[in-house]
Amino acid sequence: MYQWDFGILWSYRWLFLNGLGVTVGFTVVIVVCGLLFGLLGAFGSLSRLRVLRLAALAFIEAFRCTPILVQLIWFYYALPILAGVEMTPITASALALSLYGGSFYSEIIRGGIVSIDRGQSEAGAALGMTPSQTMRRIVLPQAIKRMIPALMNQSIIQFKNTSLVSVLAVPDLVYQSQVAAHDSYRPLETYTAVAVAYAAILIPLTIIVRRGEKRLAVSE
Amino acid sequence: MSETPKIEIRSLRKSFGSNEVLKNINLDVAKGGVVALIGPSGSGKSTLLRCINLLVVPDGGSVRVGDTRFSFGDGTKLPDVKTLAKFRATTGMVFQHFNLFPHMTTLQNVMEGPVTVRRMARADAETLARAQLAKVGLAEKADQYPATLSGGQKQRVAIARALAMEPDVMLFDEATSALDPELVGEVLSVMQRLASEGMTMVIVTHEIAFAREVADRLIFMRDGIVIEEGPARQVIDNPQEAATRAFLGHFHRTGALPPANAAS
Repeated sequence: MYQWDFGILWSYRWLFLNGLGVTVGFTVVIVVCGLLFGLLGAFGSLSRLRVLRLAALAFIEAFRCTPILVQLIWFYYALPILAGVEMTPITASALALSLYGGSFYSEIIRGGIVSIDRGQSEAGAALGMTPSQTMRRIVLPQAIKRMIPALMNQSIIQFKNTSLVSVLAVPDLVYQSQVAAHDSYRPLETYTAVAVAYAAILIPLTIIVRRGEKRLAVSE
Repeated sequence: MSETPKIEIRSLRKSFGSNEVLKNINLDVAKGGVVALIGPSGSGKSTLLRCINLLVVPDGGSVRVGDTRFSFGDGTKLPDVKTLAKFRATTGMVFQHFNLFPHMTTLQNVMEGPVTVRRMARADAETLARAQLAKVGLAEKADQYPATLSGGQKQRVAIARALAMEPDVMLFDEATSALDPELVGEVLSVMQRLASEGMTMVIVTHEIAFAREVADRLIFMRDGIVIEEGPARQVIDNPQEAATRAFLGHFHRTGALPPANAAS
């Protein structure tokens, strides 16, 4: 029977905390940038201009249909050779994860917008609103409510996907725990602790979002 | 009736794909006039109504409401979104399915047009909105969400929302068709009062008795053309065209009851 010894991890606490800070900071960046790319992708795919629709489609499918691990490596190793763009591992992984997340956010946002009854935008138009006023005042507030569960889900995936940046030697929680595991010869304890750390952050977040959703649903 | 009409529609054409929905329609509505559009479903009456505020953009012909005139067809440029929005702000529309904004309270629904489109100060808009809600008898529902209202109440809120823009013209697109029978009356009575106050109205309806009572002109459409038009009572009581007679035959003369042939 394996003898667990979590006490040994205490000496690596600063390493873990450091990694956790990078992971959380990274998540904030890629969720925010991802949502921005998502908005662009969604509005592009709903545009009246064919060029924009095609561009949005190309972006969404390119990032949605290729593995994120391949994208990470490709952005870091291939882009400098092909386009002469040198990037630090952090920039390359932030960009790849934002675009990857953005492709999924695009579809969530687009789906939310088209799910709103046409009668709503007609009512806005009939009052004399411009299409952008109708979008901002009437459609988006209702659509966002419907998008929240899916956006939250995608953001959870984004948070967990940050673990992949360790392949580019970005010092996130997983990367630091690899260091700790090699140093302590205690991979079981180390990775168990890492799993618990991810869950400990995500579970309270999901509870908060679920509560918020209920409050929003009251006005439906 | 010598003054220029409030609404003037000339040679209006509209197709959806290969389906020609409106074929060369002409229509005048006098200031303060109430025109009822009737006809079987698919006759183009709703499309015609939606062409008046350009929710549907015609393929040809012209639409004038008040001083604003738009022409359509080859060589004419489609009006841009700003021009369209400004134009629509002067026409109120009431929809079959109410289309209230579910994320706003009743009061906020009615305030939305004045605040967002007319840039009215919130306090003024609220005073106006409360007055409009009182007018349709729903002052006490101001802070409720549409989901808590009955169909008839929703439609009255929708009328108040349109009136809050202080429009020159009101368009009603089958405003009572989605209502339970016992709720139709409250909406019709609001519409009737509006008509008696001198509002210019175009009403797409299946309520023949109401049209006979409230409208001064009646237009019967079928397959995208106007088959018959004239004073409402005259057309309903004494239709000249066989198609009009056949259509009206589906309605009991004074009510919406079906003809008695089912009870033989």
